[in-house]
Amino acid sequence: LAPWIPVVGLEIHAQISSNSKLFSGSQVQFAAPPNSLVSFFDASLPGTLPVLNRRCVEAAVMTGLALNCSINKKSLFDRKHYFYADLPAGYQITQQRVPIAVNGSLSYSLCIDNKMSQMVTKTVRIKQIQLEQDSGKSLHDDTRSQTLVDLNRAGVGLMEVVMEPDMCCGEEAAAAVRELQLILQTLGSSQAVMAEGQLRVDANVSVHHPGEPYGVRTEVKNINSIRFLAKAVDYEIQRQIEELENGGTILNETRAFDSKLGCTVPMRDKEGKQDYRFMPEPNLPPLILYDAKSLPANMNHQQVINIDWIHERLPDLPSVKREKLVEQYGILPEHSFTLLNEDGLAEFFESVVNQTQMKPKKVIGWILNDLLSYLKQHSLTVKESPVSSFLLADLLNLLEKKEISSTAAKRVLAELWKGEGKTPLEIVKEQKLELLQDQKELEQICQAVIDGQENEVIMMVPR
Amino acid sequence: VVLKDGLRSQVSAALKEGRVTPTELCQRCLALIKSTKFLNAYITVAEETALKQAEESEERYKRGQPLGVLDGIPVAVKDNFNTAGIETTCASNMLRGYISPYNATVVQKLLDQGAVLLGKTNLDEFAMGSGSTDGVFGPVRNPWSYSRQYREKSVPKSHSEDKESDWVITGGSSGGSAAAVSSFTCFAALGSDTGGSTRNPAAHCGVVGLKPTYGLISRHGLIPLVNSMDVPGILTRCVDDAALVLGSLAGHDPKDSTTIQEDFKPFELPNLTDVSKLSIGIPKEYHAPGLSSEILALWSKAADLFKNAGAKVVEVSLPHTCYSIVCYHVLCTAEVASNMARFDGLEYGHRSAMKESTESMYAATRREGFNDVVRGRILSGNYFLLKQNYEKYFVKAQKVRRLIVNDFVKVFRSGVDILLTPTTLSDAAPYMEFIQEDNRTRSAQDDILTQAANMAGLPAINVPTVLSERGLPVGLQFIGHSFQEKQLLTVAKWFEKQVQFPVIQLEEVKGLDSGVFQHQKSASFS
Repeated sequence: LAPWIPVVGLEIHAQISSNSKLFSGSQVQFAAPPNSLVSFFDASLPGTLPVLNRRCVEAAVMTGLALNCSINKKSLFDRKHYFYADLPAGYQITQQRVPIAVNGSLSYSLCIDNKMSQMVTKTVRIKQIQLEQDSGKSLHDDTRSQTLVDLNRAGVGLMEVVMEPDMCCGEEAAAAVRELQLILQTLGSSQAVMAEGQLRVDANVSVHHPGEPYGVRTEVKNINSIRFLAKAVDYEIQRQIEELENGGTILNETRAFDSKLGCTVPMRDKEGKQDYRFMPEPNLPPLILYDAKSLPANMNHQQVINIDWIHERLPDLPSVKREKLVEQYGILPEHSFTLLNEDGLAEFFESVVNQTQMKPKKVIGWILNDLLSYLKQHSLTVKESPVSSFLLADLLNLLEKKEISSTAAKRVLAELWKGEGKTPLEIVKEQKLELLQDQKELEQICQAVIDGQENEVIMMVPR
Repeated sequence: VVLKDGLRSQVSAALKEGRVTPTELCQRCLALIKSTKFLNAYITVAEETALKQAEESEERYKRGQPLGVLDGIPVAVKDNFNTAGIETTCASNMLRGYISPYNATVVQKLLDQGAVLLGKTNLDEFAMGSGSTDGVFGPVRNPWSYSRQYREKSVPKSHSEDKESDWVITGGSSGGSAAAVSSFTCFAALGSDTGGSTRNPAAHCGVVGLKPTYGLISRHGLIPLVNSMDVPGILTRCVDDAALVLGSLAGHDPKDSTTIQEDFKPFELPNLTDVSKLSIGIPKEYHAPGLSSEILALWSKAADLFKNAGAKVVEVSLPHTCYSIVCYHVLCTAEVASNMARFDGLEYGHRSAMKESTESMYAATRREGFNDVVRGRILSGNYFLLKQNYEKYFVKAQKVRRLIVNDFVKVFRSGVDILLTPTTLSDAAPYMEFIQEDNRTRSAQDDILTQAANMAGLPAINVPTVLSERGLPVGLQFIGHSFQEKQLLTVAKWFEKQVQFPVIQLEEVKGLDSGVFQHQKSASFS
C-alpha cells in the first residue's frame, strides 16, 4: 500500500485580553451573569456604530510581531453575513480582504519517540492574523424547546491566527498550539485558557499520496483542550485513510470532535456551503498603523499606533527565555521546555537557585522530578505548592552541606509536603535524619555491626 | 413674533427680551400641529416632554442664562433618529412601539442647546422612497396642497371633488420634516439625506433643505439606510437658520468613526453683495430626461441672475452623471441588505408569533415587519453581494462611484466654486398620480438630480425659488466643495435674497398667528 501523507492546518481564535470589547465599551469578563455586559452596540440596537478599541489593535500587532509577521500598515474591516441567534447584527465584523498581519512563522519543539532527551524543532507558517468580533452564546434547552441567548461574549475582540497546513499529525498540532499559547500568555495579548474559551482551535485535515495533489480536507471543530486536539487530529487522519483505502471518498465537510467517544462526527447544521456575502464595513475607515519612519511629525501620539514602539517593548518570548535559562544555568534544553510549560515553575526554579549554594544543574532535578511530580499527583499549580521556594532551598542547602543524605532529603520533602509549617531542620531533628560526620563514631558503628554479624562476615579485610 | 420669523434675526431677540416665551412658542406650535393633523406630518407628538422642556427653557431665560440661540426653539426630528423615551418607528411595523434607550448625537446636541423637541416626523418606511407615501402610518400631505396659492390655480375636475383627493405629495423621504417646517409647526427639523431625501421634499414644500458634507455631522443614532452615503439633513425656512442649526450639530463625534477629526467652527453668514469673484458651474448633464420645461426655464433664469450680477457662469460637464442611478441602486441595496440583517425579532422590535423554528421565526418576522419596498431592496442587495456577483456588481459600482466623484473633483479644481442645478424634475405631483408608478421607478426618476452629491459626499442645498404655474414651490440646488459649507450657504443666502420666495398662505396658520398671543408684533404676513 502506498504511504499516506497527512496534512494538518489550524485556525485558532484567541480572545484578546482587554478591558472592553473590540468595537464597544462594554466590559470583557468571564462567567458574568447573562446579558450583564451588553452595550447598545453589542445588542445591535439600530443606529449604533462601531468604534475601534486601541488596546485590541496593539494586542494584534504584538502578536503579529512575536510571530514574525509583516504588519500591514493599512488593513480593512469587512462584514461577514449569516443569521444566527448569537449574532445580533446578522453579520460579524472581521478582516477578510486585508488583515492586520501576514506571512509569519512559529517554531515549536517536539520530543522524538517520547524521550525528553531528543527534541527536534519544527516551523509552521502563519498565513495571517485578523481582528474580528466574537459571537454571543446560545444555549439549547431541548426540554423546553427553546434557545437561550447570552450576549456577554458578543463583540469581544478575537485574533484569528491561521496556521498553514505544514503539520502532519496530532502531536505537531498540539505542540504548535501549546507554543502559541505560551507566546500569547507571555505577551499578555490573550490569556489563552482553552477551558475558558479564550483559545479555540479548529483543525483542517486531509491526506494524500506522495506526489499527488492534496486531498479533500475536513474541518474539525469542538476541540476543548490541547490533549483532545492531538486526539481529534490523529483520529481524523486515520478515519480518512481508512475511508479512502476502502474505496470511499472524503467530503469537504465540518465535523465535530466527540471527546467521550474519541471520534469525529459530521456537524449537521454546517452542511452546505454558506455564502457570507462579504462587504466592506462602511462605518470603519481603513486602519492605518505607523512605524518610526512613516510617523508624521505633528501627529498626536495618543491617536496613532507605532509598530516600532511596540516592537521595542516586546517581552522575551518563550524561545528566548528558554535559551537564557539554558545559558545561565547550564540546564538541558528539554529542561527549559518543562520549566516554561508549567505556569510559574521557571520563576520557582530561579528563586530556589538564588537561595541555595547547590548548583542549578542539581537543583533542576529536584524541581522537575520531585516537586513537579508531587504537584501533578495532587493536581496543584506551582502557585498552590505547600512547599515554597524558600523551604525547598533550605532543604537543598542541608543536602549541599552534607548534613543529610539525599535519601533523607527525599523523606524530609515528603514531610514538608504535608504543609504543617515545620522547617526542614526541624523535620531532620525530629526524624533523626542527620548525617554523622564524626569518623571515629562511624568506625565504632561499623565495627559494632560487623561484630554482631560474625557468621555473615566471611572475610577479614587486611588492615 | 410671527412663526415665519428667522431664528437668529428675530425669534432669538424676542425670546431674550421676553416679548414671547418658550412656553408660548411651544403651545402655539402644538396647537398648529393639532389643527394641521390632516397633513399627517407627525408620527409622534411629544406634548408633555416638549412643554416641560419649554418650561425649563423659560427658567433659563428668566435668569438671563439661555444656552444659545436654539434655547426654547421648537424643533421636530425625522422618525429614523433615535430619541430616548420617545417612540422611534422609521414608519415601519418592524419598529412600531420601539422606545430607544438613547438619543442620537444630533438629537442630544439639540437638546443640550435647549431646543424643544415637539415630536417625530413621518417618512417613507426606513427612508426608502421619494414621496413620503410608503410608511405604515400613511402618506404625508404637502401643506401647499391647502395653500391659497395652490387653490387659486387648481381647477377642480368636478364639483363633487373635495380638497381630500387632489392633494400633492411632499416628496421624500423626509416629507414629514419638510411639511412640519413648511406649515410652521416648528422652526427647524432634522431629516436625513441618502439620495436626496432632504433636498427633494424641501423643494416640493418650499423650504430650505441642507445636505451637509459626509462626515461633518455625526450619524450615531441615525438608523442607517446606506452608511457610506447617509447624512443628517437640516430643514428650515431660511438659509440663515440652516447655518445656525448646522453650527450646533457639526463636528467630530467619537461615537461615529466616519466623522472628521478636525475641530469645526460654527459661522455666521456674511451678507454677500459682490458676486463678481464667484464662478458658478452649470452641469449640462443635469438637463435630465423628464425635466419640466418650467424648471428648465427657471434654471436658466437663475444662471442669468448670477451672470447679470457679475458672477462668472460656465457650462461644465459631469459625464458620469447618467450612471449614478444604477450605481446607487447597487450600492444602496447592498448596504440595505446588510443593515436590515439585524431585524430578526430577537433583541427588539416586532417578533412574529411563528414559533416552529428560529429560521421560520426570522422569516415571518421580517415578512411581517418590512414593507415591499424594503424587502425588495434586501433581496436585490443580497443578490449583488453573492460571491459570484460581487465583482460584477458591487466592486464595479464602487469603481463607477469613484468616476462620479472624480467628475466633481475635476470641475471644482478647474475653478468652479458652486454648481447650480435643479433639485427636482417638476413641482409636486398629486398623490393619486404619484402612486401610479411603484416606489423603485419613482425613486429612480426623482433621485437623478440629487443622488450624485451623496455619491461624492458633497454638501448641497435646496433653496426655494419660485411658485410653479400650479402654484406649488420649485427650488434650485447648489452643490459646493467638500466641507465648504460656509461658501455654499453664503451663496445660497444671496440667492434667497434675490428671489424672495413667497410665504405660504395657510388658513390654519393665519388663524393662530393673528392677535391670539400677547407679546407678538404686528400680525399679518400675507
